[in-house]
Amino acid sequence: MVCLKQVPGTPKVNIDPQTNTLVRQGIKNIVNPFDTYALEEGVRIKERYGGKVTAISMGPPQAEEALREVISTGADEAILLSDSAFAGADTLATSHTLARAINKLKQYDIIICGRQTTDGDTGQVGPELAEMLGIPFVAYVSKIEEIDNGYMRVKRMVEDGHEVIETPLPTVITVVKEINVPRLPSLRGLARARSAVIPIWTAQELGADKNMVGLSGSATRVIRVFFPQRVHHGEILQGDLEGQANSLIDKLREAKIISGS
Amino acid sequence: MEYFLNEQQKTLKSLARRIAEERILPVRAELDEREEFPWGIMKDLAEADIFRIFIPEEYEGLGGGCFELCLAVEELSRVCSGVAVSYAASALGSFPLLEYGTEEQKQKYLPDIASGKRLAAFALTEPTAGSDASAIKTTAERVKGGYVINGTKQFITNGGEAEIYTVIALTDKARGARGASAFLVEKDTPGFSFGKKEKKMGIRASSTRELVFRNCLVPEENLIGKEGMGFIVTLKLLDRSRPGIGAQAVGLAQGALEAAVDYARKRIQFGHPIISLPVVQNMLADMAINVEASRALTYAVARTIDSGAKNFTEEAAMAKVFASDIAMKVTTDAVQIFGGVGYMRDYPIEKMMRDAKITQIYEGSNEVLRSTIAFELRKRKARRE
Repeated sequence: MVCLKQVPGTPKVNIDPQTNTLVRQGIKNIVNPFDTYALEEGVRIKERYGGKVTAISMGPPQAEEALREVISTGADEAILLSDSAFAGADTLATSHTLARAINKLKQYDIIICGRQTTDGDTGQVGPELAEMLGIPFVAYVSKIEEIDNGYMRVKRMVEDGHEVIETPLPTVITVVKEINVPRLPSLRGLARARSAVIPIWTAQELGADKNMVGLSGSATRVIRVFFPQRVHHGEILQGDLEGQANSLIDKLREAKIISGS
Repeated sequence: MEYFLNEQQKTLKSLARRIAEERILPVRAELDEREEFPWGIMKDLAEADIFRIFIPEEYEGLGGGCFELCLAVEELSRVCSGVAVSYAASALGSFPLLEYGTEEQKQKYLPDIASGKRLAAFALTEPTAGSDASAIKTTAERVKGGYVINGTKQFITNGGEAEIYTVIALTDKARGARGASAFLVEKDTPGFSFGKKEKKMGIRASSTRELVFRNCLVPEENLIGKEGMGFIVTLKLLDRSRPGIGAQAVGLAQGALEAAVDYARKRIQFGHPIISLPVVQNMLADMAINVEASRALTYAVARTIDSGAKNFTEEAAMAKVFASDIAMKVTTDAVQIFGGVGYMRDYPIEKMMRDAKITQIYEGSNEVLRSTIAFELRKRKARRE
């Protein structure tokens, strides 16, 4: 299953001064570039191991275009989650909506998301989704090494190297652009995309509580939009496992990220 | 100009353009410089189903015709005609099979050509047989269970890279042109090897190589059509493929025209962009007129062929001759507009001029084709049509 979003196809966007959200009118939209790597990886997994690739997107009715595009590049089916009640959602409300749709679909092994979008840039939907579905999560995957017998071994990018992680399925991963080169559409894919029926699921069909979706389900409000400065503060802890765990707890306490004893 | 493309044709054209711009453009200079076969792009074309367009639906193709092939070749050639010809040569190599192959032969080879898994090639030319194709010396001797091929083919596009070759060889030396036959020869057949890889002036991404046959035994079922039909197969095939060379030339000229307009708008001399000079405007206008005229002729011929016309030798030759002469002229003028930098390899325009030259030479030189057209004119006069 691949989650994706339609985003403005240009970095020159305006911010609505009232809501501090993106003004999406009059801009040509594209599939979030990071999500194209997610889709490609889904299609490659299908080609290698079999299965089916379902693409899901939450967005306004015109996001259907994005879903037709992913059908042309290999998705088997696509579902659009669209309802005026979903508008203005932050990542929490978005993940809630996606999670409801995924639960409704029931059968899934791997959920792949792009590492982040090019419009919101938060990178939060993947991990939030895993949390809500109660399944494991691996971020920044740069290679899927093996899928076997209910497990998946992946390589993920960390600040100064790689980690190889084995996770039981089902699982949620976010992928980085190093993972593959997304293919272009095919003629047969484009023909399928033209005729594909893309169901639209509304809040009612998802059985969603209106207070959990859209603006009213959002825990955050955008106050100001700016580019944060990047700070690198990676530190590798030494010593045995217990010692490392203890010093990590101390450091988190020091930084006031956790409290208590 | 409105050429009344249907939905599928529009989709094909825009997808071919996208592949050309996203995948070919970034590497074309390097492919040209290194004379490297564009396998990566062949794979992109295969994944995008572009090899399927000239194969019927029964054999996993998309059932397009000569016109669809022209649209794809034109768009690829607009960016790099070396890549375009590598693609088109696979179509050329499969035409004899499409037209004269048995059901078994079609089932065996066409699906792989359609999927782009295997490339095809066509082998006629020999050191002593260029325009005079009847002078070929390669022989295919009938033996028990098959034919033994001996001889050398020269300048074979996709040589060494393709896996399926249509080879013209003499089964009856005494009968000359009527003694030639067409055979399917697979790469890795014992006795079949590759000779010299040519270093070319243009279309350098494409592979042009010698095929060497030394007692190469091919099974009987690899004969295409009947013994003695080799030249009929060849003439039919070339009539069908010549609009493709026209399309290659149209794409090349279009690419050069666009580059020239772009450069003329940006290049400031005497305080103004050179596009404001009447002499440059005249050149650009003539280029544009000629490119559009050769496109219109090429499309019209391709559609004539697809409409089921029986004899289109004359029309096919016209499209090829006209469009290739125009491509040579337009690319030369484009270099002229670029001036000094146009002569340098840092700019793409000199490559287009080098690439254009071959379109006047291969698949029937323009001189031979003009005499073909003249011959048809005389025939028609004699029939009082």
